Amino acid sequence: MIGSEIPALIPVTYILFAILIPVIGLWKREITWHLGVLGTGIATLFSAWGFMHLIQTGETIRYFFGGWVPPIGIEFVYDGLAAFIVLVINAIAFLVLIHSKEISKVEFPGKKMAYYAVSMLLMLGFNGMVLTGDLFNLYVFLEISSLSSYALIAIGEKRAPYSAFRYLIIGTVGGSLYLLGVGFLYTVTGTLNIIDMHDMLPMVIGHSSVIAALILMIVGVGVKAALFPLHGWLPDSYTFASSTSSALIAPIGTKVAAYILFRVVLFLFGVELIDDQLPVTTIIGIFAGIGILYGSIMAIAQSELKKMLAYSSVSQIGYIIMGISLANPFGFIGAVLHILNHAMMKALLFLVSGSMRLKEGHSLITKFDNSYRKKYPWTMAAFTTAAISMVGLPPLAGFFSKWYLALGTIENSNWILLAVILISSLLNAVYFFRILEKVYLNNPDAESSEETEVVERDEVGFSMMFPMAVMAIGLLLVGIFNAYIVNVIFTMFPAGF
Amino acid sequence: MDLTYIPLYAVLVSLAAVPFILLSSKKPNLREFWTILAGVIKFLLVLTLLPSALQGNVIELELLEIAPNLPLVFKADTFGVFFALIASGLWIFTSFYSIGYMRGHHEKKQTRYFASFAICLSSTIGIAFSGNLLTFIIFYEMLTLATYPLVIHSETKKGIAAGRKYLTYTLTAGLLLIAAAGITYALTGTLEFTPGGIFGDVDLSQSMAVVIFLLFLGGVGVKAGIMPLHSWLPSAMAAPTPVSALLHAVAVVKSGVFGVIRVVGFIFGPDVMAEFGLNEILMVLAGITIIVASLLAFAQDNLKRRLAYSTVGHLSYIVLGAALLTETGLIGSMMHISFHATMKITLFFCAGAIMVNLHKKDISTMNGIAKVMPWTMAAFTIGSMGLAGIPPVNGFVSKWYLASGALEGGMIIPVVILVISGLLNVGYFFPIIHRAYFKKGGPELEGHTEASPFMVVPLMGTAVLSILFGLNPDLFFNFFDMATAVAASIFNPI
Repeated sequence: MIGSEIPALIPVTYILFAILIPVIGLWKREITWHLGVLGTGIATLFSAWGFMHLIQTGETIRYFFGGWVPPIGIEFVYDGLAAFIVLVINAIAFLVLIHSKEISKVEFPGKKMAYYAVSMLLMLGFNGMVLTGDLFNLYVFLEISSLSSYALIAIGEKRAPYSAFRYLIIGTVGGSLYLLGVGFLYTVTGTLNIIDMHDMLPMVIGHSSVIAALILMIVGVGVKAALFPLHGWLPDSYTFASSTSSALIAPIGTKVAAYILFRVVLFLFGVELIDDQLPVTTIIGIFAGIGILYGSIMAIAQSELKKMLAYSSVSQIGYIIMGISLANPFGFIGAVLHILNHAMMKALLFLVSGSMRLKEGHSLITKFDNSYRKKYPWTMAAFTTAAISMVGLPPLAGFFSKWYLALGTIENSNWILLAVILISSLLNAVYFFRILEKVYLNNPDAESSEETEVVERDEVGFSMMFPMAVMAIGLLLVGIFNAYIVNVIFTMFPAGF
Repeated sequence: MDLTYIPLYAVLVSLAAVPFILLSSKKPNLREFWTILAGVIKFLLVLTLLPSALQGNVIELELLEIAPNLPLVFKADTFGVFFALIASGLWIFTSFYSIGYMRGHHEKKQTRYFASFAICLSSTIGIAFSGNLLTFIIFYEMLTLATYPLVIHSETKKGIAAGRKYLTYTLTAGLLLIAAAGITYALTGTLEFTPGGIFGDVDLSQSMAVVIFLLFLGGVGVKAGIMPLHSWLPSAMAAPTPVSALLHAVAVVKSGVFGVIRVVGFIFGPDVMAEFGLNEILMVLAGITIIVASLLAFAQDNLKRRLAYSTVGHLSYIVLGAALLTETGLIGSMMHISFHATMKITLFFCAGAIMVNLHKKDISTMNGIAKVMPWTMAAFTIGSMGLAGIPPVNGFVSKWYLASGALEGGMIIPVVILVISGLLNVGYFFPIIHRAYFKKGGPELEGHTEASPFMVVPLMGTAVLSILFGLNPDLFFNFFDMATAVAASIFNPI
């Protein structure tokens, strides 16, 4: 029965392609793009298949590697949440890699083979982190993904290696803190398996090293998720990396880290234990709230599209972490839905910025003007869709994740976080409408308001338009049919809801 | 006849016209044909709902579950049909008028204009037929977005500033409404508009009730122009005049007051409103708005801005009527939704005709224009008489019911406010009429004649309607019967 092999097939696909691409790439460099797309495509198919299989059977697949039963061996746990996240990240990666065809020729012509090979490793790391049921194994995949993302970020502008190096230092510290936390837990419980450890934790919850471990893990993963105030590495890395690298890492990377927080807070410890010794969820909620506002305000202050999107990511990751901190069903639904929505929105926005860099040679908001409306009508339409969704206007997808998060804050009577959601939506409106105004309206300060120069349409090619169109339409469909997705999310609830 | 899908079609028909409008951007006559066609079909569709609405039937169509337990649902109840009729009916007038105005004024980007207009109308009918608060919010936000291109149409600094102001106010309002809806959902487990309210069985504390109500009021109050949330409306006069006429006198602002009545009558319900003194909050705000807006109207020399402040004042008549919590008051309030619409749209049409024909925006320059534009000024006189509450124009009827409603509730102050406001209305409209008829015009008027028939016919049409409705409020569309039925359903829920 192949359905039960899915958890293993996805990482194996990436390992295979990570090896195939350099081997074939040495012989024929042009087809590395095809291989990259093929690899992510196959992985997406597997994850879609697995996801459907899981919905039909409703049974979590626990895949024991080498047949060793945990806690001796390593297992992959393919439950609803993991299947969903894996599907989201692989599909996004697939679309982003399709889009990279033209950009890769311009931004890093000599490094194509390295780029696609490393991005396979990156995806291997991400998928492994999501699928594994073992805390130490998770660290291994975390490092695989981190090392690959340092490399991918370093492929970019002149300043990229510098920001990648900074990320490397901060990221390694974060990874080490997480590992330290895992070590502490191991000494107390004697196991590394998440399900196993979950059963043991009630017996040792009062132990000081458990609390220390929890804090260390949250801080460590918080660095990777760019949870305020641990976000310092993110804006520069996303800005100076090549457009396609930031489009690949930005929507997926921080989400996977947020997913680890899901696992640690809601599944490993669970709603009963998490606040037993310290008000952990309250503290995370406060930082998430501050991060949401901070990211939005900083985004308004930026004049470079990619940097603005980077700060916006800091803000949006705050939404997801806020949903975790609420620790109630609505917050959970909102957070999981926002992982999907934000992945689509942010990927789409980064793809647009990449397309702009390719066509115009820059993505400076100050230089945007209303000729773009004529030159790139469809790209701009996609951008507008994503922007409106980011602001959170119905019936686009972004509204609904905010709606569920808002319901979650109301259920906890947490009026401050409710206000944060509302205020941040307005701040989002400020930084997106500022751009839409530039693109769609005449500049009233310009010398002549008449459109004297005739601008020819210069729309991006199919390989770039297709992924953007899929995501833009996806935002509308997810918005309208979100109830179907939410009904699936209901099945992913951790124990205790 | 199966009417189930009519509300959906009525919403979609103008949306369906948008691609046709966009595709025929090079052929203006064809493009405008689509607008008119969509307008007529939309109106006829709404009209087919009238008989069932008069019988008090509710046509409900649940499309899909947009969130668990929260369907996207269209519900053509009497109140919805009432509002949809007036909005879709006046769209036809405005479409003809737009042709005259936009071409006469040589406006640019007319395709964008007509397309946005069509989306606005879809949203407005969507608001009218929303069966629950979530559906309402979706169309409410859609209306905000679709109106934005119309507000900034001129793309001047002033227009763009007005657009930013508009978005700031309305998007904030939308968020407050979402927060209010969220809390309501958490408390009641439903968001369905129910005559008599949904808070009946909920154990509310005083402070909680006030907070929820204020959130709702912030949400719908912005579009309803309740002070201090009104200031976007005078700025939005930077839009072309047909936009001010239909959207800023009928569709957008009336969606706001429609929302107020939905909140008062269908979310909270009269009992809960009275229990927590919420109607008093509403009444005080409306009373202040009526007086202050009328006073501010005096200070405006720009005709459109004066009309805008007048609109702010008259919207609060409707809010006041809802706050009275008496059947008669609510009837007056609803009548004013439709009657203020016919009168104010006439006045805006006139202002636009004067602007296009004589290039005059300021009242101080309008000496003697009645000689040149007799029809326009006659219509203007009818409209202003009505707003001042002078019979036989329809404004008298709604004001009469508002005053009786106040007396029925044993309240004197609202009556006093209505009387003072009537006098103030006379005060700010009469000088315009006086100037136009009795002062001698300057030399610049020579050689000018009446505006194009595309503008004069619609504005005469709405003026005549205003008188006809004044003589018989039940004429054609049974507005009075419908208002009575809605008021009865709210105060005597089954």
